[in-house]
Amino acid sequence: MSQSNTYEEFIKGIWKENPVFVQVLGMCPMLAVTNSAINAIAMGLATFFVLLGSSTLVSLFKNFIPKQVRISCYIIIIATFVTVADYTLLALIPEVHKELGAFVPLIVVNCMILGRQEAFASKHGVGLAMADAVGTSTGFLFALFVLGSVREILGSGTLFGVLLFGPHFEPWIIMLLPPGGFIMLGLILLFFNWLKEKKDSIVSTQLSMNNQIG
Amino acid sequence: MDNLIWIFISSLLVNNFVFSYFLGLCPFFGVSGKLETAFRLGLASTFVMLITALCTWFLNTYILIHAPYLRLITFIVVVASTVQFVEMVIKKMSPALFRALGIFLPLITTNCAILGFAIFATNRGYGLVEGVIFALGAGGGFTLALVLMAGLREENELSNVPSLMKGTAMSLIIAGILSMAFMGFAGLFSA
Repeated sequence: MSQSNTYEEFIKGIWKENPVFVQVLGMCPMLAVTNSAINAIAMGLATFFVLLGSSTLVSLFKNFIPKQVRISCYIIIIATFVTVADYTLLALIPEVHKELGAFVPLIVVNCMILGRQEAFASKHGVGLAMADAVGTSTGFLFALFVLGSVREILGSGTLFGVLLFGPHFEPWIIMLLPPGGFIMLGLILLFFNWLKEKKDSIVSTQLSMNNQIG
Repeated sequence: MDNLIWIFISSLLVNNFVFSYFLGLCPFFGVSGKLETAFRLGLASTFVMLITALCTWFLNTYILIHAPYLRLITFIVVVASTVQFVEMVIKKMSPALFRALGIFLPLITTNCAILGFAIFATNRGYGLVEGVIFALGAGGGFTLALVLMAGLREENELSNVPSLMKGTAMSLIIAGILSMAFMGFAGLFSA
């Protein structure tokens, strides 16, 4: 396993194949817990732990898991790690755990995690699977953080509870409510589409220029 | 009785699973292209929720009081096997319905609305009757959301939108507007 290969698997999850902005996976936790930056980060870290743990385990056991019942096996492995994460959060930061509520146990059905097991961890070695898990979940954490901080800044005028705009700022309550989550994620996806289109058009103009020169 | 009506209306409209809890978003965006399939998927999910309600109640009352930390693992196994079981029963009893539901039945396993439903019902300490009513309301709300979204998207198919907006970005913004409309139902109950 070469160094650059592992690094590539790691980096692609963060940007080029970002689970949220590019693949549009794991939407439920993405929208439900991002009304403040700190909730978003707690959720991201919990998902990070679950994905890393289950990818490692699935990759280690890939030769022992029968093909026919593999999905059930993956789900049980994931559910075990989620239970651990749930109880750890409850013990360490009870206030955040209370705010996240039912969404910590719901990490089990985050399609991003099952997707990584099925598409990657069950087919590659432990090192690569771990790199992929770390990359994907960092990308997920990044996406959660972006959405969470934008919604917190606009919705309550704070970031991590620190007042940003002074007392005269009128908070956009709608950003903290469910509609704000949908619309904000829609706008962010729009921005990513725009970036992609711009990049594509640059590439195509370069190509046509090359053709003209040639 | 009042309490039961409240649970039903609340889960159907006020606290709609899709629009205010963000549950079941994957099928909501994935399968809401056509009105017909959206409606069928909604019905199938409601059916699975009903059976999950019965199983959850049984597990919570008789088994999980001895081992609360096994809750999540048991629930997911129950949901997965319920879906498998329902699939077999429908196939045997009514092949027509089975063909109509097609691929959507197995996919319900990873629908977070079902597991979310089981967890919510447990956290709120619902009994058997309350759980069944909650399942009907939540399933109905999920179906309603899917059908509304599918109708809007069918209309949108024909309209001329900027190419940047096409796809998920526009669905999300439509969902945001729908969700805003559903917030109006919060006025139905003055706490």
